[in-house]
Amino acid sequence: MAQTKIAEASANQAQPPERTISYVEAGVEALREEMQRDPTIFYIGQGIGPRGGNWQQTRGLCAEFGEERLRDTPISEVGQVGVGIGAAMAGSRPIVDIVFMDFMLETCGILIQQASTTYYVSNGKIKVPLLVRAAMGGVRSSGPHHSHTLYNFFVHIPGLEVVVPATPNDVKGLLKTAIRNDNPVLFLEHKGLYGTKGAVPAEEYLIPFGKAVVRRSGSDVTLVAVSLMVSRALEAAETLAKSGISVEVIDPRTVAPLDRGAILNSVAKTGRLAIVDEAYAACGFSAEVAALVAEEALDELDAPVRRICALPAPHAFSPSLDGHLRPTADKIVSAVSEMMKR
Amino acid sequence: MQLPKSLALSLYRTMVELREFELKAYEVFRSGKMPGFIHLYVGEEAVAAGVMAHLKKQDYVTSTHRGHGHALAKGIPAREVMAELMGVVGGCCGGRGGSMHLYEPAVGFLGTNGVVAPGIPIAAGAALSAKLRKSGQVAVCFFGDGAVNNGAFHEGINMAAAWDLPVVYVCENNMYATETPFAKATKNTNVASRAAAYNIPGVQIDGDDVMIVYEKAGEAIERARRGEGPTLIECLTYRFFGHHVGDPGTTYRSRDEIESWKARDPIVRLRRQALEEKLAGPNEFDEINEQVHAMIEDATTFALSSPQPAVETALNFVLT
Repeated sequence: MAQTKIAEASANQAQPPERTISYVEAGVEALREEMQRDPTIFYIGQGIGPRGGNWQQTRGLCAEFGEERLRDTPISEVGQVGVGIGAAMAGSRPIVDIVFMDFMLETCGILIQQASTTYYVSNGKIKVPLLVRAAMGGVRSSGPHHSHTLYNFFVHIPGLEVVVPATPNDVKGLLKTAIRNDNPVLFLEHKGLYGTKGAVPAEEYLIPFGKAVVRRSGSDVTLVAVSLMVSRALEAAETLAKSGISVEVIDPRTVAPLDRGAILNSVAKTGRLAIVDEAYAACGFSAEVAALVAEEALDELDAPVRRICALPAPHAFSPSLDGHLRPTADKIVSAVSEMMKR
Repeated sequence: MQLPKSLALSLYRTMVELREFELKAYEVFRSGKMPGFIHLYVGEEAVAAGVMAHLKKQDYVTSTHRGHGHALAKGIPAREVMAELMGVVGGCCGGRGGSMHLYEPAVGFLGTNGVVAPGIPIAAGAALSAKLRKSGQVAVCFFGDGAVNNGAFHEGINMAAAWDLPVVYVCENNMYATETPFAKATKNTNVASRAAAYNIPGVQIDGDDVMIVYEKAGEAIERARRGEGPTLIECLTYRFFGHHVGDPGTTYRSRDEIESWKARDPIVRLRRQALEEKLAGPNEFDEINEQVHAMIEDATTFALSSPQPAVETALNFVLT
């Protein structure tokens, strides 16, 4: 099965990659393949046409598919998502690029009240195969209006699916799955990952939603992390290994749906759980994973659950403050080391 | 505009159906049998009837919280609309949506709506889809004066105009956003004039004259079909009831004002005009009244006898 092969390839660092491309290039490749396959797909957003996107996330596609299908929009986030919803209801497969996830806040009403409810209240008569794409997370002190990782807000809402890929391989396979999905899907990449490279097969493959991947196997502590935090967790795991602490890193890849089984299986093995999240702790992904384990596997725990999350303050500009507020490998190492003392 | 007989009778029938339906829904609601809240279209029937007469089955419509009339005029059977208002399985959405969430893709009906203004960009999106698919479909978006002061109005119409989308924007200006008079909500009470901001045609018309609505909507819809882009039509009209059933509508509107608008009743006007022009005899109108009355009675009996959905279905259709 191709899926297993990919999971092994991405987990096995020693394997020489067949082909290495970047996280952002993987997304462009997925879009190109899907737009060639399905003429009902079109893509709208700010600067995604001839410019190729603020992140180069649509580079070259306008030249190939034209401005009818790669359509630059005004700065009208509500309008963009509304147009996407209407087109999806009418049988197209729109992709709406909001560029910065922060600006998805403008779209919450129409996305939550219209996109997520229509299939349900229409009694299954109207599907909304809308894909909303945006980049999240802080890079280079991007300040309070350009740094958010607010995917948690949307995971709260039934009827939305939320994808947070950590590797180029996952970007390609999950983006293709997202485009073919008949539900509203949020595809949230991390700005700090766009330049990272990894093995990506040139041939077509799909990665199903709701299937976590074990990024590193271990026996003492389970670290659950998504998106950029996967690399922080792996970095911490490497450090902890030198102290004889064996860390298992689980990347759910999609937070809605969430692969609950993978988390529970890992905790059954390690007996300890920590969650690393660039988002805030309150009512977030970290709280959800902790609650899952409290409800389903409390007896497996040998230590209290720990959460290493963004500290509860707006995103600061100054690098010293910004760095302090975010989860770091050092913070993870410190938290896990304390857990092991119990 | 000279009235062709068949058209006059057809528009009359639609308006009477919308009126009878709402009066019956009012009766059922007041009896305590209907859950939720309903917003009646009584008084505004000429708009839905005059516009919808031009639309094909596959054309799209987005509607509002005051949308029973739009749903019926676009072709959802009265039985299914009444049943949906009751929250029962015979409804067009199996009772899951209710008054403000009526959908029927088989007739291009993309929803009444519990939120003011999102239909404006949604209609633009349906029109963009039609344009890209070269399907020849148009979209018509109904909204009230309350929506024109919402940001989605600007974002949606601006994009529809920029891209010459096949969509027609129909404002049902009944002068009150819930209870707030339009004149208190904006410095510019001429909705049609806002079209100039988007460099599209805008026209303000008597929304209680069904023939004028029919004529102006026809021009706008043909323009959209030709690929020349959107038009904004402002229909001046009035709701005879309050905002919702339960609001008497008299704490913010004078009785004189209400009576003056009732004197412009679009159904009475069309009938009077047709009789004056000797297009049809009174018996022909009375016959339509009786037929529609029987149809609405049948729809109500159907709705009142349909069961609510089984709780086992409560989690169906969250995701495909």
